[in-house]
This record gives sequence, C-alpha cells and structure tokens, in this order.
Amino acid sequence: MAQRTVIPFGPQHPVLPEPIQLKLTLKDEIVEEALPHIGYVHRGVEKAAERMDYTQNVFLVERICGICSFIHALCYCQGLERLMGLEVPRRAAYLRVIWSELHRLQSHHLWLGLYADAFGFESLFMEFWRCREMLMDIFEKTAGSRVIISACCIGGVRRDISDQHLQETLDTLEALEAAFDKSSDVMLNDYTVKKRTVGKGVLPADKAILLGAAGPVLRASGVEQDARQTGFAAYDELRVEPVVETAGDCYARAKVRIRECRQSLDLVRRAIAGLPDTDIAVRPKGRPNGRTISRVEQPRGELLYFLAANGTQKLDRLRVRTPTFANVAPLVHMLPGCEVADVPVIVLSIDPCISCTER
Amino acid sequence: MGLIDIARSKSPWILHFDAGACNGCDIELLACLTPVYDVERFGIINIGNPKHADVLLVTGTVNKRSARVLRNLYDQMPEPKAVVAIGACALSGGVFHQCYNILGGVDAVLPVDVYVPGCAPKPEAIIEGVVMALGRMQEREQARKRGAA
Repeated sequence: MAQRTVIPFGPQHPVLPEPIQLKLTLKDEIVEEALPHIGYVHRGVEKAAERMDYTQNVFLVERICGICSFIHALCYCQGLERLMGLEVPRRAAYLRVIWSELHRLQSHHLWLGLYADAFGFESLFMEFWRCREMLMDIFEKTAGSRVIISACCIGGVRRDISDQHLQETLDTLEALEAAFDKSSDVMLNDYTVKKRTVGKGVLPADKAILLGAAGPVLRASGVEQDARQTGFAAYDELRVEPVVETAGDCYARAKVRIRECRQSLDLVRRAIAGLPDTDIAVRPKGRPNGRTISRVEQPRGELLYFLAANGTQKLDRLRVRTPTFANVAPLVHMLPGCEVADVPVIVLSIDPCISCTER
Repeated sequence: MGLIDIARSKSPWILHFDAGACNGCDIELLACLTPVYDVERFGIINIGNPKHADVLLVTGTVNKRSARVLRNLYDQMPEPKAVVAIGACALSGGVFHQCYNILGGVDAVLPVDVYVPGCAPKPEAIIEGVVMALGRMQEREQARKRGAA
C-alpha cells in the first residue's frame, strides 16, 4: 500500500541559498501536494521606506535584493522622477541600460550555475560562476563595488563610465561570450542534462497566465511579455524582442535564460556603441507629490513599484511587487505529480529570489 | 595539539544560513567556493548538514521567524564550533536595524566569534573571517583541555 509522508523541504537546504520551506506531501516517491511557508527573510522594507527620506530610500530598496540591486534602484528612481517631473539625460538612460543588462547577465549566470548544481552537475556550476566573476570585475571597475553598486540616483546616475572602461568592458564581454558558448552548449545539448530537465515541471500557457507567472517562467510557456517593451530608460531606442519558448518545462526555462544572456550581451554592445555625450544627472528640485506606478524588467520578471508621495520628505506608501512572488503560485502548480528527486530542479527553475519576495 | 585538532584546522567544514539577508552576502559567500577564490584549496567544504559542520556562517539580520531555525542549527552542531557573522546586517541589522520584524544582529541569538563587516563583504574578507574563526575555535578547545586536565 502506498504510504503518505510529509517532508519539509527547507528552510535550510543545500540547494537553496535562501530560506523558504515547502511542505511536500509524498505518496511513495511522487509529490502530491506542496505547501510553501514563507517569512524567514521578512524584514519590513515597505514600512521602513515610510520612515526614511525619499532620497535615502534609494539605498534601502537596493538592499531588497542583492542580485538585481541596480534594477530595484532604477524602478524606484524612475517612479520618483515621474512624480517630480524630471527628464533624465540620455547618457544616464543609456548607462542605466548598460548596468541593468550587466546585472541581468550576472543574475542569469548565477542562476545557470545554481541550476546546474541542483541536478548535481558541479563542474558546470563552477564554470558558470567562473565566467560570472568577469562580470563582477566589470562592476567593481565601473561602479566601485561588486554586489550593491549604488550607481542609480534620482535624476540620473551617480557616476560616468570612462571610455577606457567601456573598452575594457567590451573586451571582457568578448572573453565572456567565448566561455558562455561552450558552457551553454553543455546546458542545452548534454544528454544527462536533458534527461533531468526536458518535460519536468510543465506549465502550459493558459495556466501560466491564469496563475500570474512572470518573466522567463511566463515566456518559456509561450507568452510574449517583457516589461522592457514599455520603453523605460533607453529601451525605447534600443528595441527588445521578448525571448519566447513554447514547451513550458524546465529545459525551456533554461533556454529562455540562455537566449536572454545573448540578448543582454547584444544590448550592452549596442548601448555602448550609441552612448550619447550628455550630462549624467539632473538635480532634483522640490518634493515628490502624487501617486504613480513604475514597471521594469528584472532578471526574474516584471518588477512593479507603487509610490504614494504627499509633498513632504517622506513617502506615504511604497508597495513592491516582485516577480518571484508571482512565480510561487505557478511553482505550487508544477510540483504535484513530479518525483521527489526532481523537486530541487523544478524549484530552482523559477529562479526563486526569496529576499525579493519577502522584503 | 592532537590529530583531530590538526585535521579540523586544515579542513573546516562550513554551514551557511541566511537569517534574513538581501542575498548579496550569500552570493559572495558562494563565490568563495567557485574557481576564482576556491576555498576548497584550504580544505573548506560547504555542507548542508549541521551535524557535520565546524563553522556556522550567518548572513543577514535575524528576524523573529529565522531566530528559531538559527538556534536549532547551532544546537545541532557538534563541539567545538564557531560562528561567523557576515555583512553589516549580521553585525547590527545594518540598513534594516529599526525595522519592526528585526531582532538585531546575529549576536542577539548566538555567541559570535568573528564579525566580517561590509555591504557586501568581499570574498577575501569572508575567507579571512573563517580562518580567524578557526584560530578562536582552537584557542577555546585548548583552554577547555587544560581545564579538564
């Protein structure tokens, strides 16, 4: 007779760098139900944002997530610029695209490594992370820090990138692409990797829309949606075509991210080639007043900020909607019916960022 | 120094727990394991099981929910053990120090041996923190043996 067991997956688990708990109800080796328990990294950022000045909040929202910190700051600054009627100089908009895309590249590299580790391919994990260090060197060179670069400020960017550093960035990307070709080939064509990923955790397009999936998870199910199409920063000039796959399984999600890496490489090169020669920031005048919504595309999907200001130094409300939160419901839908050995791979395939989700 | 003490100082196994970080420190900690920094040169292995670990690395602020898990992990580790707090948040709460859900730094819950400052600290700093923790661990173990003798 089949036996029912409940296994706690997490909060401390080797495959997860961050704590989230899934209570898995198993029937023999098959998952019947998955219940997420969250709250291990809740800090209360939204409340803290009401306590601090709107200028200080830039540093606070960067620390919502250390992987895509620049994009959080970009989303927040963009919202405030709209409220204060600031026009960002074109060079700043282009620099924002460069740093955003570099962040997307490093986030996808990070994910590809962790994902390889989830199905036990440790040398591929090491290879992706070796390449990722090249990107970290670019950040350190251009912005002065490896992880939280604090380059975005209200009205533009805090620092310029010199021509010499732009050239060095291009050279590094050249080396990165050569290495990426090799390792992404393994990820897409290796027999063992395919055995572990093809047909696992399938999410059909109608379900993806119904459950509100975002980012690569949504696009891997065949839905064409990318917030970069709205044309924030300099994406109105550097057009972006959403990367779409149709299979909706773990393999398709990896493929979307690999193709997005190539797209990001291309975008950085185009942005550097077309970098206008203007100021990098305008001084903000007055205080923000009114309400607005700001949308950007994070590596994990669409990020949305709601800002309510009242004409003083402090905001009335800051609401953050992160892509991983949107992807938890699809994850809970994907897990039932899979084998317990596939759980780490499927969980990783949504690229969970718990610190974003819980703030 | 006995054989086990020597072996432990040459190959400490680490356990990582994110008690409420923004991910920045966790990623830098993982970067230590990868080819550019490669702490496995020093015999350091990241392990998922607290019962096999010598050094507990904690990143991030401690909140009301993670404090219980953190305490639990620490209690399961065998003696001698050391705790390293990594990053501004683990030291004092950092940018989140007055948030409603935050208990404070790691030392609000556990005795901390080494504090590694930075937001986020560089991998080199994290490696040095682990090495310092080994020294502290050894001193304590020798003092305990002297007391027992």
